Amino acid sequence: MPERYVPNEAVTHGDGGTAALAMAEAETLEGGRNGRGGSPRDKPRSLWGDAWRDLRRNPVFLVSALIILFLVVIAIWPQLIADGNPYRADLAKAQEGSAPGHPFGFDTQGRDVYTRTVYGARASITVGICATAGAALLGSALGGLAGFFGGWWDALLSRVADIFFGIPVLLGGLVFLSVVTSKTVWPVVGFIVLLGWPQIARIARGSVVTAKQNDYVQAARALGASSGRLLLRHIAPNAVAPVIVVATIALGTYISLEATLSYLGAGLKPPTVSWGIDISTASTYIRNAPHMLLYPAGALSITVLAFIMLGDAVRDALDPKLR
Amino acid sequence: MGRYVIRRLLQMIPVFIGSTFLIFFMVYALGDPVAAMFGDRAPDPATAARIREELLLDQPLWKQYLHYMGQIFRGDFGTAFNGQPVTELMGTAFPVTLRLTLVAIVIEIIVGVTLGVLSGLRRGRALDTSVLVFTLVVVSIPTFVSGYVLQFLLGVKWGWVKPTVSTDAYLDELLLPGVVLALVSLAYVTRLTRTSLAENARADYVRTAVAKGLPRRRVVTRHLLRNSLIPVVTFIGTDIGSLMGGAIVTERIFNIHGVGFQLYQGILRQNSPTVVGFVTVLVLVFLFANLVVDLLYAVLDPRIRYA
Amino acid sequence: MRGATRAKWAVGTVAVALVATACGGGGGGGGGDGKGVLSSSWGDPQNPLEPANTNEVQGGKVLDMIFRGLKRYDPKTGAAEDMLAQKIESKDQQNYTVTIKKGWKFSNGEPVTAQSFVDAWNYGALIDNNQKNAYFFGYIEGYEKVHPESGKASARTLSGLQVKDDRTFTVKLNQKFSTWPQTLGYPAFAPLPRAFFKDHDGWLKKPVGNGPYKVESYTKGSAMKLRKWGGYKGPDKARNGGVDLRVYTDNNTAYTDLQAGNLDLSDDIPAAQLKNAEADLGDRYINQPAGIIQTLTFPMYDPQWGSEKMAKVRQGLSMAIDRKTITRQIFQNTRTPASDWTSPVLKADGGYKSGLCGKACEYKPAEARKLIKEGGGLPGGKVTVTYNADTGSHKDWVDALCNSVNKVLKNDKACVGNPVGTFADYRNQITAKKMKGPFRAGWQMDYPLIQNFLQPMYYTDASSNDGKYSNKEFDKLVDEANAETDRQAAVKKFQDAERVLVKDMPVIPLWYQNGSGGYTDRLSDVRLNQFSVPVYDRIKVGS
Repeated sequence: MPERYVPNEAVTHGDGGTAALAMAEAETLEGGRNGRGGSPRDKPRSLWGDAWRDLRRNPVFLVSALIILFLVVIAIWPQLIADGNPYRADLAKAQEGSAPGHPFGFDTQGRDVYTRTVYGARASITVGICATAGAALLGSALGGLAGFFGGWWDALLSRVADIFFGIPVLLGGLVFLSVVTSKTVWPVVGFIVLLGWPQIARIARGSVVTAKQNDYVQAARALGASSGRLLLRHIAPNAVAPVIVVATIALGTYISLEATLSYLGAGLKPPTVSWGIDISTASTYIRNAPHMLLYPAGALSITVLAFIMLGDAVRDALDPKLR
Repeated sequence: MGRYVIRRLLQMIPVFIGSTFLIFFMVYALGDPVAAMFGDRAPDPATAARIREELLLDQPLWKQYLHYMGQIFRGDFGTAFNGQPVTELMGTAFPVTLRLTLVAIVIEIIVGVTLGVLSGLRRGRALDTSVLVFTLVVVSIPTFVSGYVLQFLLGVKWGWVKPTVSTDAYLDELLLPGVVLALVSLAYVTRLTRTSLAENARADYVRTAVAKGLPRRRVVTRHLLRNSLIPVVTFIGTDIGSLMGGAIVTERIFNIHGVGFQLYQGILRQNSPTVVGFVTVLVLVFLFANLVVDLLYAVLDPRIRYA
Repeated sequence: MRGATRAKWAVGTVAVALVATACGGGGGGGGGDGKGVLSSSWGDPQNPLEPANTNEVQGGKVLDMIFRGLKRYDPKTGAAEDMLAQKIESKDQQNYTVTIKKGWKFSNGEPVTAQSFVDAWNYGALIDNNQKNAYFFGYIEGYEKVHPESGKASARTLSGLQVKDDRTFTVKLNQKFSTWPQTLGYPAFAPLPRAFFKDHDGWLKKPVGNGPYKVESYTKGSAMKLRKWGGYKGPDKARNGGVDLRVYTDNNTAYTDLQAGNLDLSDDIPAAQLKNAEADLGDRYINQPAGIIQTLTFPMYDPQWGSEKMAKVRQGLSMAIDRKTITRQIFQNTRTPASDWTSPVLKADGGYKSGLCGKACEYKPAEARKLIKEGGGLPGGKVTVTYNADTGSHKDWVDALCNSVNKVLKNDKACVGNPVGTFADYRNQITAKKMKGPFRAGWQMDYPLIQNFLQPMYYTDASSNDGKYSNKEFDKLVDEANAETDRQAAVKKFQDAERVLVKDMPVIPLWYQNGSGGYTDRLSDVRLNQFSVPVYDRIKVGS
């Protein structure tokens, strides 16, 4: 790198910044120390404790958490709000609009769209949550390590991520899912994790690289903190924000990806009921029967909305700089 | 810096080998392409056996792979099943997709960063909320749905644009497909910009800059934006590769004869020379984009140095 | 001219401007003077465009424009009419003498001679050339020498083909085959110019034939421009200036382009758009019978499905399918419920017999339940219907079919669809005999003969007998039918063979498929032939 960057560093960050950062750092360090002590009196002073206190007062968090809770309950017990049968088909009513007892109308097969939308929550939410969780864990772990240790680790992990990145989603999906014949959601989840982790890893690596340069990290290192401690206590909380943002949006795209895979015949398979399957079928009928698309797509949007809002709130609460 | 670049270039070699082998393996796993050449009819065993022999399909995987790599180093990417050299296919497909990707990236940057900056500077206000809602709606609609809907509305119902792209794929024709392709990433760019801007807005160096009496405009552009764009640049860099290879659905809907189109056909026909060749080039594009992103890091954030 | 058509769809100045530029590049319209060029949807041919190597509709579309063979199937009646053939004579149904007409030329100026045919057929049959339709020459004596089942060819040419003079050659078959001349309308039997052999690569880049059109330019995988060839000798000279074929991977897109006036003719309207097609296109919507039948094939090699006892279950499943409602609701009547194993395009005297299958092909829920129960029930209580998900909107009807079966069996999960990602993978699973339950099959005839609907699919070890069905009685009846010299007697025998299928039900006939298409109002006289390919040379392009 040209040398001119070296003096720049001093100029930009030499004045004013250090003190505030040091304070923030001190706060975090203290929180960490007390947290380890584990006495109830100290709990609210830990980072996650603070976050939780913030979250409880945040209306955005409460609303989104309620929506998600509702969705999860529906996903587990769909019969609570839908007493129909998602498989019952009356082909004679194919694509008809709403009718008494069938508020959302019928799909191409003459099935009740309302019932299918309710029952579709289970598969779609399972895919979304599990795939995001898997990809985020794997991606941030690998990316974080790569960014923190640099050198060989970085090179190796980044290159492996590159290899996975190079594979077109469609090719991967068709191959992976044609080899696996299981009709459950797990192959789809596994495939999305496999394909999704490099993106998270890159983001995580990028933010760890940035966070690592911060003065409070240097300070902690100078104070003799171990690598693990540095990474978990000092860097992770500051680097986790972009990962959460990307992961929450990714959750939405993963649910959509499941739909795209279904569209190509490689996604979830019947008799599983999912929003993805229904959206992909409905999309070509958009002119004749937009209601077939509207309801499952609407449910998908609400789910995504809830998760992004939740992610946003958590991110704000976690970021010591925004407090 | 020079040494860093050379090291990165050297690292590309194992990635190149790894990904070509992975792709080769995947196409191989899809199975024997010969049966499909005969349509709905059982292949004549003698002819099928000869075709397999000519395509080296009767050899073990590693031998096929070595043979293929040997060809590549001689600049020969093999021949598609319809008798056309893959290099010729690439020559027509890549420029088209490159244009499409450019259009999409430009849209992403202009619209995404602008929206992100606007909402980042006005966190919690009405504008921020509407941008949030907009990105949510966009991200929750699968590409094939937004593609079909926009194509139908703009191309057929209102007749504002041509619904599909001609073989020449002029830039103006690529506008609508570019928007569709950019939509999902647009949400990422907007949200990333917003988040990182809001974060940096409270950073001390910004406070200092304001305190020094610098005009707001200068603070935002020189100090705030420059530092906030790092995650955005990372994202766009990684996005180039996925946009080029991930345009399969968009290219299919708008009948663009680009990389996604050829890949799709190649996959459906299990034509390994086409698929492996195209993906190999995509991987290279992706690797270079990554390298450029990492170098840009240093330009944008002076705290980062590469030795 | 084209702009006027589009004004209907297009609102706003932007559109007008775009349309104007599109017109400029489109090569001009023409005013019904036979010079107008039309654009038509196309799919990328899977194999190089050699006549004996093309076995799917999209490549066949081009061959039909640039080649004429000895015979040609009349686009209206389907009868095999003489085209280049002056006469094809035989005394014993085994030795044929072919005389070709005078004065025919290829579009590069070479004359079409007896040698052009013999060379082409020898090329098609020789194993070294990997021609996928080689088996079409399997009836000619000496085939096993040029195309052995394994190993190298021991001869380069078919011994059964002899050139007598410029316009005459003889063909010796290896068995009696009374209707053999009627198979000669298949594109694999087209003649080839010397240029094909001298500069093969050059020919593939720009094929040269003897048909009403010649290839002006060909961008593989994307587009082909065909223009009327002035030197064409046949009676069916092109009534338009040419055809621009444009490759689409998604027939929904082609339909969208058609609606926007961006495409003149689409010959494949996706199921999802059928409901709109009539409203959108009015009388420019084509829906006419084609020689295609869709079936559900059972894996007879799987003891779970193939045993004799299971015949009742197979019949029961056939009776559990509500064909009428499915063809109406899913296909908007572009399919007709099947009641035999042939196609209505054969007409009654060609062997089509409506209702031959009887009640076994009708929707009878109570009897279906009873039969399935008597047969021991579905294996494991379940049936999966496998199909390829990449083309042809199969998902909708497979789901509907399963729902129909489930309704009859009063079990929501008895029947489920099983999509396979790619056609290639799907075919592999079939050839490798990996199917665990019924799978979809579509048969498009090669030539309009009842023999072509039965023998290739149900004769023991026949080329398209995917379910590996085998019944001695059926084989015997087909053999007898082929040896029959009288056409009506042959048809009767074939129908007797078909009755064996009713009993065994190795394949459930689902519905006869229509060809569907649509065109803009620039065009007139558009129709499809029995192969559901537009008859391009008859189309008139107006203003």
